[in-house]
Amino acid sequence: MHEWALAEAVVAKATEIARERGIVTVSDVVIALGELQDVDRLAFEQGLSIVQRDAPELANARFAFETDLARCSCRPCGHAWTLRESLAELPEDERESIHLLPEAVHLYVTCPACSSPDFAIVGGRGVSLVAING
Amino acid sequence: MDPRPAVVARRLGGVRRVLAVTGGKGGIGKSSVAVGLALGFGGEGARIGLLDLDLWGPSDHLVLGVPRPGFREDGGLVPDVVAGLAFMSIASIVGERPALLRGEDITNALLELLAVTIWGELDVLVVDMPPGFGDTLLDAARYLPRAEYVVVTTPSELTLATTRKMLELLRRLELPVLGLVENLRRDGEAGGVVALTVAGGPRLVGSIGYDAGYEASLGDLGRLRGTAFFRDVRAIAIALAAPRE
Repeated sequence: MHEWALAEAVVAKATEIARERGIVTVSDVVIALGELQDVDRLAFEQGLSIVQRDAPELANARFAFETDLARCSCRPCGHAWTLRESLAELPEDERESIHLLPEAVHLYVTCPACSSPDFAIVGGRGVSLVAING
Repeated sequence: MDPRPAVVARRLGGVRRVLAVTGGKGGIGKSSVAVGLALGFGGEGARIGLLDLDLWGPSDHLVLGVPRPGFREDGGLVPDVVAGLAFMSIASIVGERPALLRGEDITNALLELLAVTIWGELDVLVVDMPPGFGDTLLDAARYLPRAEYVVVTTPSELTLATTRKMLELLRRLELPVLGLVENLRRDGEAGGVVALTVAGGPRLVGSIGYDAGYEASLGDLGRLRGTAFFRDVRAIAIALAAPRE
């Protein structure tokens, strides 16, 4: 699963931060899951639980999740909108492309106000680390 | 905090050499040279990868004759092997639909591909860089710190002027340049490229003559391997693979 690769990235980054901060034992990690990438949370959690075994600082860490709303802003007209409804209307293969590469949203979605494809993804793109506590 | 940069070095950990094929202008045959070099490095058990990072206009798959390159999901995206090359491209994910992406999106897409593509053990990964310089050159400097650069140019004065700037930027970024490749050379056009190699400039690894038969070989690897283009580019691959004195 592609989620495994993202889990590896999270554990690698969390380890990096823990070492920078001198945290020997990480107790919990808060992760934001961007709606746009729409990772399979179960697969992602399974990946984390296995990958963390090889990261001494994170071996016993708990993972908490937040949903990061996918938000866009149109450059030409300034309209701001959330993507949930647009994404739900896309065919499966297009959602899969966005899942693998969130920037692919520019191929399938346009601004609902002016139809421009020139918009910025301002939130909820992918997986990000919110907090690491030790 | 974005976790992806933390894993890029691991993804490339099994890759012995990363060769970034770059050029200042579009339309100079950079993708053809990148594919030709990757094919030229192959053979005799060599494990070669090809990553098309031209996210605006990927074309390596068309040279290889694969309309929709594939991958399998196994701990990430494992590229399909095409003509003996582990091959990944944005076209593997979105097909032929044109991507209207700004610099920030390009950076994100490039980083995503580098973070989730599982290359495994490779002797050489050839990276076909987007044309021009700017975001992608800075991204490559940041995320592909081990890359060695092969700069493609043509004998045209317009291309040479841009190549000169590209070489200057690579020097300022302290990125190693393996050498220049002159593409689309016609008889009697020597001189301009050689001028770039003097006074501490990079070496000219080789020249690829204009080959009227090349266009007809696109997508047909058997035919492509029989072209004068491939003869020239393979000689360059051999020269690049050889240890430097």
